[in-house]
Amino acid sequence: MCGIVGLFLKQPGLQSRLGEMLAPMLLAMSERGPDSAGFAVYRQGVAAGESKLTLFHAEAEFDWPTLIGELRQADFAARLVDHRASHSVLAVAGPADSAAQWLGRRHPEIECMSAGRTMEIYKEVGRPAEVVERFHLADFSGTHALGHTRMATESAVTTQGSHPFSTGADLCLVHNGSLSNYHRLRRDLTRQGIVFRTENDSEVAAGYLTARLRSGASLQQALQSSLAELDGFYTFAVGTADGFAVLRDPIACKPAVLAETADWVAMGSEYRALAGLPGVAAARIWEPEPGRVYGWSRGAA
Amino acid sequence: MSELDVAALGLRAVNERLQSVGPESNERVFLLRNPMGQHALACGLDAEIEVTIDGHAGYYCGGMNSRAAITVRGHCGVGVAENMMSGCVRVTGNASQSAGASGQGGLLVIAGDASARCGISMKGIDIVVGGSVGHMSAFMAQAGRLVVCGDAGDNLGDSIYEARLYVRGKVASLGADCVEKPMRPEHLAELDALLRTAGVGADAADFRRYGSARQLYHFHIDHAGEY
Repeated sequence: MCGIVGLFLKQPGLQSRLGEMLAPMLLAMSERGPDSAGFAVYRQGVAAGESKLTLFHAEAEFDWPTLIGELRQADFAARLVDHRASHSVLAVAGPADSAAQWLGRRHPEIECMSAGRTMEIYKEVGRPAEVVERFHLADFSGTHALGHTRMATESAVTTQGSHPFSTGADLCLVHNGSLSNYHRLRRDLTRQGIVFRTENDSEVAAGYLTARLRSGASLQQALQSSLAELDGFYTFAVGTADGFAVLRDPIACKPAVLAETADWVAMGSEYRALAGLPGVAAARIWEPEPGRVYGWSRGAA
Repeated sequence: MSELDVAALGLRAVNERLQSVGPESNERVFLLRNPMGQHALACGLDAEIEVTIDGHAGYYCGGMNSRAAITVRGHCGVGVAENMMSGCVRVTGNASQSAGASGQGGLLVIAGDASARCGISMKGIDIVVGGSVGHMSAFMAQAGRLVVCGDAGDNLGDSIYEARLYVRGKVASLGADCVEKPMRPEHLAELDALLRTAGVGADAADFRRYGSARQLYHFHIDHAGEY
């Protein structure tokens, strides 16, 4: 199963309530995914010339200040932006790639959940209510967010196997469904230089989008081509720096509901996830058509 | 009329209340407030009662219904009126996938659109859709009537047995063994009666009829090599 939710705010006045609005959406999807939960939040960016990394360390007592000192010694001008449970958000000078590579070499036990300028990814095993509480989801402000509750079918229940999956700078994917051709796809993508950390099929979908975007495709084109290349069942929600997109496979066994008002656009696996949103009674509510890419962005909203 | 607040009472309490209405009870009209998209609302009813759900419903709303008249003022999730035996379920908005799945009797009216697999494996239910239906509708339909006032998606009536399908708009494609059939006077008459009962203002003469070519009922020795 699995549950996915997305919330894109059109009304800037609501940005301080992003986490408070997303948390009940995620909790409403607990029955669809009691194993693990996660969310990606797009919130205030770092200073000009800086990049943001969300890092995970399994040990609660991990010494983040020392790590930041090591990064500084390696000339990455790192600073701590936020720390929540097992996750820390660091800002580094320059592009995130070199700092992430350095971390991968020196601290392979640290998982880089996301990189970019605005996006932060938090995910953990455990019931969605525990995850929401642990990361204080309700406190987040921001422009848009995606969330996922997981009921694992294809691979182990681990933090790394939870969603969202990063698909590039400020890009992430949440997936409800299962892919059947992911072993072959992973071999092909690995040859193209995409690195996979888990046995998870959704990570392969994320890797596929990463590869397509790197080769110059637009998000619309990458999602469109996934209709031909990804075999299986899926509803995807994809977060971008300035918006989000939703796609269901042509067979459309996996559900999705969209709702839109003048203030926000919301997506949920089921209407239950949207039932508590402010102004939902007056929202336009519809089921996204199979095989059609839906997208919203700040520019076009 | 009795008002029941689903959010306050909880789904089970509301369903138990509706399921326990006896033949002697004077309480026969119910209004369900705050459904909040809950699943399995007004399921398994077996009495001549009227239930109105004031808002959107989740999955399997009105499932297994017998005799009750259920109205949803809003949209419905997957499998509305699945396996209905008799009675009536009306949806003022749209319905998600598998509306009326495996229904054995009664009438399901959807004022808006129904998505994929509407009437899948229907076994005697009548379904009238004011808008359009998605792909694989009436898949393996065995009996009953499906009326679509709008368009039908791909593979309408795939592997159909004996149900009769009436579509006013375009059919994207017909599924295996489903063919267009002539509209004879008896079909016009039954369609006209169905439209009237459903309260849909459409002219039966504008519809085309589809049904089974009956070529999949028996094994063909010519196909032995394909197995």
